[in-house]
This record gives sequence, C-alpha cells and structure tokens, in this order.
Amino acid sequence: MAKKQVNPTRMELTRLKRKLVTAIRGHKLLKDKRDELMRQFLDLVRENKVLREKVEAGIQAANKNFVLARAGMADEVLNVAMMAPSQRVYLEAGERNVMSVDIPVFEYKTRSADANNIYSYGFAFTSSDLDGAVKSLSDVLPDLLKLAEIEKSCQLMAAEIEKTRRRVNALEHVMIPELQENIKYITMKLDENERSTQIRLMKVKDMMLEEAIEERREKNARATRVSGSSVEAPQEM
Amino acid sequence: MYKIAVMGDRDSIYGFAALGLEVFPVTEPAQAARQLRSLAEGQYAVIYITEALAAQVEAEVDRYRASRLPAIIPIPGVAGNTGMGILNVKKSVEQAVGSDIIFNGN
Repeated sequence: MAKKQVNPTRMELTRLKRKLVTAIRGHKLLKDKRDELMRQFLDLVRENKVLREKVEAGIQAANKNFVLARAGMADEVLNVAMMAPSQRVYLEAGERNVMSVDIPVFEYKTRSADANNIYSYGFAFTSSDLDGAVKSLSDVLPDLLKLAEIEKSCQLMAAEIEKTRRRVNALEHVMIPELQENIKYITMKLDENERSTQIRLMKVKDMMLEEAIEERREKNARATRVSGSSVEAPQEM
Repeated sequence: MYKIAVMGDRDSIYGFAALGLEVFPVTEPAQAARQLRSLAEGQYAVIYITEALAAQVEAEVDRYRASRLPAIIPIPGVAGNTGMGILNVKKSVEQAVGSDIIFNGN
C-alpha cells in the first residue's frame, strides 16, 4: 500500500497507536449502528411495500368511481360541488430519532370530528357515483398519511445506511490498515535505529579496548628497555 | 401546523379536495417544477404527486429525498399505475442494502 510519509519517532508512534485504538473502536460502533439501522430499515421497508400496494389499490378503486362520476356530470356542477370543502386536514409533524436518523411522525387532525362530514355538496345535483368515490378515497386517507410517514422514513434511513456503510468500509479497508502499516514501519525503523546504535557502541568499545591494549604494550616495552637486560622481560598480558 | 398538497392532472386529484387536502392541478412539467418548489418551501409537510407528473419532474422530486420535510409521495393517477411508487421503494432498498432483496427483481 502506498503509505504516507511518517516521521519514525516515538511520539508519532504513540500518536498513531492511540489513533488506531480510536479507529477500531469507531469501526465497531459504526458497524453496530449499521446493523441496527439495517434491521429497522428492513422491517420498515416491508411495511412500506405492503402499505403502498394497499394504498395504490385503494386509490385505483376510487379513481374508477371518480371517472364514472365525472362522466355523468357536467364540469360546472362538479366544480361547484368541490369548490368549498367542508372538511379540512391539519397535519402535525413531530420527529422520532432512530439511531441518529430523525424520521418524521405525522399526526393529522380533521376540522370536524365527524368522519362522514366529507360531502361538501348537496346530493340533489350530483351523481351518486361521486358519493361513493369520495367515500372510498376518504377510507384510504389514513393509510395514505401513514404511507407518507413510512416512505419518507425509508428514504431517510436508506441515505443514512449508505453513509454509515461507507464510513465502516473506509475505516475497515483504508484507515485501519494504513495505521497498522505505519505503526509497523515506525516500530521497525526504531528497532533498526536501536540495533545500529548498539553496533556503534560495540564498535567504539572495541576500538577503545584496542587502544588500551596498545598503550599497555608500549608501556611494558618501555619498562623493559629502562630496566636493562639483567632483568627478565615481564610476562606479556 | 402543516398542510397537505396534492399535485397532478385535474381528473386524478379533484376528489382529494373533498377530503380537505389542497389540490394544485398542473400538467406542464416546467410549471409543476415551480409549483413543487414553492410548495416544498411553504407549509406543506406532505405532497402527493401523481406518478405521471412525478416522472416528468424527477430531478425536483429527488432534491427533497434527503431532507426530512416535505415527504413527496407518488400516487397513481386516473391513467393507471405506472409502478413508479413501488420503484421508489425499491430504489431505497438498493441504496441501503446494495441490491434488491425485498422484491426479488419483480
């Protein structure tokens, strides 16, 4: 691996080692986060699928009725019928935190508590198909809102999972190996330095020893010369 | 307090008005994009949009994918179900998992 230039010093080594510990811990935590997010996401997305199929079927059925109603009524009549809705939906959006993802929670209130207060027109001039259509659509509404909540949550969680997965992979395959590589490099470099220092010391010691021997020999030789030939030369050391 | 908007061609959405949702009949993609943006920046937490229209302003819809609000949800229109809504769910799964494991390719 192409490694970055690092200073082979003890301080750098300590720093890198501390960084590695953090990286490994972060990796573990992020992996746990990813797994938990994934578990929740899969539950949610399954629910999303079921709900969407249900809602789509419901809307399709309602649409059929609406087409029929429209076919049987004049445009103006229809416009007038829909002009002033008697019902009104207010939405309260809270948020819930799931593994650091803020997902929306919708709660809706209708202006009038009566669920049957959805017909904003008199029945005299409109086709009965319209009543059925409005009713079928109003039956879908709670599911429709639930779908909005779940589908948005799914999208947000999917984005978060992708981000977390990338972080986990970056730590696992780039950061941690690089740190380990650098630590190894520094350790080896330091060991090498230590060995070379040791060898240098041994060499110096050798040289000093040799010098000492040489000196001693010279001293002995001088002593022999001074004391003359009558005295036996002392034993060489 | 948030509101709910419904966008699409008039035939597909006029029924929602009776339920108390706010309807915005648009068919022109450029106008729809403008409308969508102004709704998203306004007091609307949920925007339902017909699949046919959503397909035409996909770039705009995708812009709000990552933000918490509003939730832009495709719904089938009178012209029928184009499968786009389910496709969106599939896209989420693919983004999260890396491959589609819920729908098994169908």
